Amino acid sequence: MMNLDRTEKLLLAGIPILILLGFVLPEWVVNYIQVSLGTGLVALAVMIQMRAGLVSFGQGLYFCIGGYAAGMAGKFMGVSDIFILLIIGMLVSLFMAFIAGFLLRRYREIFFAMLSLALSMILYGLLSKLEVLGSTDGFNIPSPTYLGWAPEGDTAKHALYIATCIPALLCAALLNRYLRSPMGFIGEALRENEIRLEYLGTSAHRAVHIKYMIAATVSGLGGVLWALALGHVDPEMTNWTTSGQFVFISILSGVGNIVAPLFGTFILEIVRVYAVEASPNTWQMILGVIMLLTIIFLPKGLWSLIQRKKASAEETTQK
Amino acid sequence: MFQDRLLKKGLLASVMASAFVVSAFSSSAVAEDKKEVKLGVVTFLSGGAAGPFGIPARNAAELLIDAINKGQLPGAYSSVGLAGAQIAPIFVDENSKQKVADYKKLVQKDEVDAVIGYISSGSCKAIAPVAEEEKKLTVFFDCGTSQVFEDIITSPKYVFRTSAHATMDNVAAARYVVDTVKDVSTYSGINQNYAFGQDSWRDFSGSMKVLKESAKSVSEQFPKVFAGQYGAEISALLTKKPDIVHSSFWGGDMEALVIQGGGRQLFSRSKVVLTGGETGIERLGSQIPDGTIIGARGPNGPLAEDSALNDWFVKAYVDRFKSLPTYPSYHMAQAILGVKSAADKANSTDQAATIEAFKGLEFEVPSGKISMNLAGGHQATQGTAFGTYKFDKASGKGTLVNIKRYNAACVNPPEGMKSLEWIESGFKGAVCK
Amino acid sequence: MLTAVAILIDGLGFAAWLFLSSVGLTLIYGVMRILNIAHGGFYALGAYSSAWAIGLYMQTGSSVAFTYLLIPLMAIVVGLVAGLIIERGILRFMYGRDEVLMVLVTYAIFLILEDATKLIWGTESLVAYQPAYYLGNIEIFGIPYTVYKFALIGLAVLCGAVLWWGLNRTTTGKLLLVVIEDREVSSALGINVTLFFSATFVIGTTLGALGGAVTAPQISVVPGIGAEVIVMAFAVIVIGGMGSIGGAIIGAIFVGFARAVSVHLYPPAELFSIYLVMAAVLAIKPYGLFSLAQGRKI
Repeated sequence: MMNLDRTEKLLLAGIPILILLGFVLPEWVVNYIQVSLGTGLVALAVMIQMRAGLVSFGQGLYFCIGGYAAGMAGKFMGVSDIFILLIIGMLVSLFMAFIAGFLLRRYREIFFAMLSLALSMILYGLLSKLEVLGSTDGFNIPSPTYLGWAPEGDTAKHALYIATCIPALLCAALLNRYLRSPMGFIGEALRENEIRLEYLGTSAHRAVHIKYMIAATVSGLGGVLWALALGHVDPEMTNWTTSGQFVFISILSGVGNIVAPLFGTFILEIVRVYAVEASPNTWQMILGVIMLLTIIFLPKGLWSLIQRKKASAEETTQK
Repeated sequence: MFQDRLLKKGLLASVMASAFVVSAFSSSAVAEDKKEVKLGVVTFLSGGAAGPFGIPARNAAELLIDAINKGQLPGAYSSVGLAGAQIAPIFVDENSKQKVADYKKLVQKDEVDAVIGYISSGSCKAIAPVAEEEKKLTVFFDCGTSQVFEDIITSPKYVFRTSAHATMDNVAAARYVVDTVKDVSTYSGINQNYAFGQDSWRDFSGSMKVLKESAKSVSEQFPKVFAGQYGAEISALLTKKPDIVHSSFWGGDMEALVIQGGGRQLFSRSKVVLTGGETGIERLGSQIPDGTIIGARGPNGPLAEDSALNDWFVKAYVDRFKSLPTYPSYHMAQAILGVKSAADKANSTDQAATIEAFKGLEFEVPSGKISMNLAGGHQATQGTAFGTYKFDKASGKGTLVNIKRYNAACVNPPEGMKSLEWIESGFKGAVCK
Repeated sequence: MLTAVAILIDGLGFAAWLFLSSVGLTLIYGVMRILNIAHGGFYALGAYSSAWAIGLYMQTGSSVAFTYLLIPLMAIVVGLVAGLIIERGILRFMYGRDEVLMVLVTYAIFLILEDATKLIWGTESLVAYQPAYYLGNIEIFGIPYTVYKFALIGLAVLCGAVLWWGLNRTTTGKLLLVVIEDREVSSALGINVTLFFSATFVIGTTLGALGGAVTAPQISVVPGIGAEVIVMAFAVIVIGGMGSIGGAIIGAIFVGFARAVSVHLYPPAELFSIYLVMAAVLAIKPYGLFSLAQGRKI
């Protein structure tokens, strides 16, 4: 078979494990895993851009476009097949990113961040005015069907969970492959020194554009999966606070490994749940302190914990 | 080598998984004979809606739950507990991006027997189908959108709402304007740019079109929610000189509008209607100009009729929290008393029995009487009232005078009719006393 | 005509507020390269402490006139206390880290500040309208405006002038410009960079708190007001050019007028007028209006 690297093996092996966990774990935990896979994909999209030195403070734009595209396909065209919904969400995101990319590819650093934020907030403003789409309250999405099969009750929950796990992890594995490809390494070069990159005969603009479109497509996928898990979409998906969270998750998790944002999203979600449980009135403070401590003691993100262990293990085996 | 590592990771995962399982099931060892009922209470505990809505609602919940557990309520509610069972509340912050997952966690992990909550209409829309799916008694206490039972779950089994929806407020506001203000030829609105504000304006301007055909709208301002600064909007309203200014602002935004508009004579040049103005009365005092038309999203606070229950509620609330209860507190009290009435009537904390008893129930609350008579007995209707503000210099307190009451059938659409259609049809079937 | 004058005054008034709320942010970014999300927290702290102090003071029944001293005083107290604690206690351990990571650090601080204000002042709103009313109104073409609003425009101009003078006409200011230009070289020249950083952070914090403190009399101070300010302030300084005082002025005027125009002529656009302006400006001038050309690293 293809030469899979360790991360890819882990991801592919993770699919059956996650699905199995869906039957073993209590349902509420499975729920958080499911929504975390959706939002985790967006954090992943933020992370691959971050590797190229681009911090998107507006990734919620494509998260929202994906969710709304799928939702509107269901609401107005009566499409309920999950495969079609996923494809619609991704295609619409890709198309929007293709257009917006011509503008955004000229920007770097904070300007890229703020311009992406501006675009996402313009969509927020538009959606907040559209009463057909429920304005800020958004609208509900019916349960999906699978090639004509329309499960109910617990079967529907498991089916949707499985249908979330497979595309999410496959997508992560593909992204890993992309990052290891020449195109992916151009990202690193972009961050390090754009001018040298150009001297080498590659167009930095084109590289950014492609990266941006890939990130948008992944976010669109995340948006569809998240919206289906929730059964509801609203403009909050493209608010800057949502986009901000994606950035924070990817920094907290660390940009070292593709699995980190997926895992980090879930961990952060669970931390939040327990912070709310422990202190419903001041949970934000707890979250803030945990974030600060993470940054101080784990500057390379949560993932560095695992890496460090790995490194020391390898050291001992070498000896 | 690789498989080895994978095995280790799998082991790690399953250890973690079992830790979750243990923590999830450890709480399930509840005694069969229910002496305690777990109640999930979801309101805003952080963010902009916490101060004006979430915290007063949480306070009311704490107050009532304590009083019910000790059997201190007056009149019909004096029995201890919910059909004898003590209530243990679990408070959750509505300000979360994963509301549905949080709800499921409440139901599945914390194993609550019922959930009372949700202020934002967006939350209610998202939670309603999930509550039906989870088959858990869920009482919406405050959210205003009429869509919950009109569009989203048309035949509810587990979801109830114990407050009337927001259409009532704006229909009543329009009726009050037409009843009390002479010569209305122009009106305008300043509402927050989100669903609640847009709906409020749609209902108010729609009602005005029916009730006063000759009058026309001259300016529709929609500032961002929590903007706080309305200098430009107030100038725009002042330049248009409307007779009536309608605003569904709430909380800090409403107070800011009063401070800024009051300072610039907006309130003396136009008649201002504040459908949610009641929450500001205590704090703003003399700052609210006399003559302002004020509502309280139901006959709450100073619009409530005298009753032993209301006297007890106001006194106990002030004693404990040093401020007057506002309408979110009233709405919360309504929801808790609704659940208590239903459980007491069923004489059981069993969910099916409670739900059966809840349907179509009529019960007394501090603001008067609630009838669960829409949406197959799941949606409350209630009359409402509006009043005109008057500041009493001697006592240093604001009061509402010229209070007009509107019975439920006068300001709520009849069963089976959607709110907007009802307004546009010229209030077909409305019965006003 | 009436509308044009109203747009002019409303636009200026809003611009003044935007400038006061964002100048501290641009100063800190310019000197320290920290995009400080906690700025919103300082704004909220300033608003709360000034509203609280005015409330306490008014209970004594004394003249309103002294509240105009109280407002800047509370801003300075907040700036000194909160600024020093956060700079000395947290930020100084992080200098030299990645800019993006610093955003996260300040976000964490912002979350902590949000709950801290709730713990100190509770969740009920505070109103302290007396200073805004005391100066009375003036009518322009029959539309009343509060004099307080014009006083704020004056204060914004004053702040801008003092900052410009301090940076360009004093020795300390010039040394600061050197620090901005090259941190390492200035350190090697014997400039106490640490001291400059602390001082800048405290001044920036004080300016943020001042923005909140002067706004407090016009609004109802509630939890969450800090979050509303941050994005607005970011938009302003990005439009103008990050780290530039002049840019903050231009950015504030752009955004202020965009909002006033949309409110008067096309209200539904108010919600995203700011972002439209930001997108438009960046599309034409990718690094903001007042940015300096940057050397390309090869």
